[in-house]
Amino acid sequence: MLRAAAAQRLRRAVSVLRRSQSTLVVAEHDNESLTPITLNAITAAKRLGGEVSCLVAGTSCDKVASELSKVQGVAKVLVAQHDVYKGFLAEELTPLIVETHKKFNYTHICAGASAFGKNLIPRVAGKLDVAPVSDIIEIKSPDTFVRTIYAGNIICTVQCDEAVKVFTVRGTSFEAAPVSGGSASVEKLTPPPPVGISEWIEQKLTKSDRPELTSAKVVVSGGRGLKSGENFKLLYDLADQLHAAVGASRAAVDAGFVPNDMQVGQTGKIVAPELYIAVGISGAIQHLAGMKDSKTIVAINKDPEAPIFQVADYGLVADLFQAVPEMTELLKKK
Amino acid sequence: MAALRVLVGVKRVIDFAVKVRVAPGGAGVQSQGVKHGLNPFCEIALEEAVRLREAGAAQEVIVVSLGTKASQETLRTALAMGADRAVLAEVAEGVTAGPKEVATALAGLVGRLQPQLVILGKQAIDDDCNQTGQLLAAMLDWPQGTFASRVELDSGSVRVQREVDGGLETLRLRLPAVLTADLRLNEPRYATLPNIMKAKKKPLEVIPAADLGVPGGSPRLKVLQVQEPPPRAGGEKVENVQDLLGKLRQSGRI
Repeated sequence: MLRAAAAQRLRRAVSVLRRSQSTLVVAEHDNESLTPITLNAITAAKRLGGEVSCLVAGTSCDKVASELSKVQGVAKVLVAQHDVYKGFLAEELTPLIVETHKKFNYTHICAGASAFGKNLIPRVAGKLDVAPVSDIIEIKSPDTFVRTIYAGNIICTVQCDEAVKVFTVRGTSFEAAPVSGGSASVEKLTPPPPVGISEWIEQKLTKSDRPELTSAKVVVSGGRGLKSGENFKLLYDLADQLHAAVGASRAAVDAGFVPNDMQVGQTGKIVAPELYIAVGISGAIQHLAGMKDSKTIVAINKDPEAPIFQVADYGLVADLFQAVPEMTELLKKK
Repeated sequence: MAALRVLVGVKRVIDFAVKVRVAPGGAGVQSQGVKHGLNPFCEIALEEAVRLREAGAAQEVIVVSLGTKASQETLRTALAMGADRAVLAEVAEGVTAGPKEVATALAGLVGRLQPQLVILGKQAIDDDCNQTGQLLAAMLDWPQGTFASRVELDSGSVRVQREVDGGLETLRLRLPAVLTADLRLNEPRYATLPNIMKAKKKPLEVIPAADLGVPGGSPRLKVLQVQEPPPRAGGEKVENVQDLLGKLRQSGRI
């Protein structure tokens, strides 16, 4: 009886706490469209239970702001458009976020754990004098988060006692928020004066017609076993049959077979597709950290002792130069 | 330009090849009697600093670390790789220091040592945080060049090529600046035996971390629990490609 009353009081206290949460999600975009990981971050933000606002800063924000205003669960879209946000420099975005925080007093500030989020969010935390939390995979309560350490080999639950919780969200650990059904208000912000200590010069993006690696449903990855960059064509052909993205191990990147932005692993991208096909990849700890949450893992390797077979749901001990073209041909037939 | 001083932060971590285990009691990971070494990204940061000095673009490379007495060994390795001198911000055994504490110590050291460039690794392979460089840059109000794969010093500025999700981008940062090294920035050298011997004579200063403003109290980030992830259910070997595709079709994956 007493215990029931205490539990009820606790529940009420928690719900009061939840209602007073407010979260700012820093939207990642390219001035044309929203980067998908932002939708995963919005789902994480909704899990906190309070109001969710999104900040769009860039040189051209109208399209992205209108896209965001329709995302389910977003209450408010804040827009800061200015030429100073060219290249999304952390030095320029941080004062804007700090100003926005001063105005609205958030309990949580977050972004996706992409190169953009990882670069920006700790700087924001530094300015707010709080310790940030990186790459969370679960929210237990508004102050308790789960993340992985040691290349995904250890799961760590942390309690954050900071006044404002500043964190990045692992995209593959949260569903994407639905892109329709929302009706957020849109509000313009006045950008603070430019800082001017950094300048964006240029970018060289890897062009590809295949789906984006971190959000693809199927990923085909190659390792040192491919032997050359030309041989990756075998994987591209297979990927085309499966509408898959193509990834790589660090060994394949270091050997110059493919560009670094294709790397899957602790130091590259974290993926969790429905199907991950590892071809000619031994399965070093570093690589497993980036893909072991995939729903189904297939390994094709001629070494039966390769560690990748310990995590593979289906393992085929075979020469990839025969198995991969055969697979492509069989897929073409059906 | 030649008077440029570079500060490199290094961290002592469990060797990357070790399979880590949760310590009995679940309060942390087993680190007693386990092989430790220099965090691989820190080696790359140090290599870059040493190359800048060898190219005449920098004058002095100071390697620093926050840690217990055991980190002196890590600093000696860094000296053997080419750093000129070392400073350890020492904390007592059992003190938990996260990126914010490390960044605070580094900011304190920047105040004392007056470098124009700080190079760190992009992340430590133990806590996988990827925060310290950005936190430090924020504390100092310096620009940051994170995930650097190419660094070129210019008069008063540094040109940094960064590894971003879609490819590469290039920034120009006004000095002083903070950089964090990505894997492909360079290939670190090995410490040779003569250099290991020489490193023993190089200066290594020890400062209590508290003197650098690192708070001694309980951290505002508390680890409640560590555990090993659920193991994947054992898989099966298939005979041939047809068999494999059959299984994948059956399970609805293709």
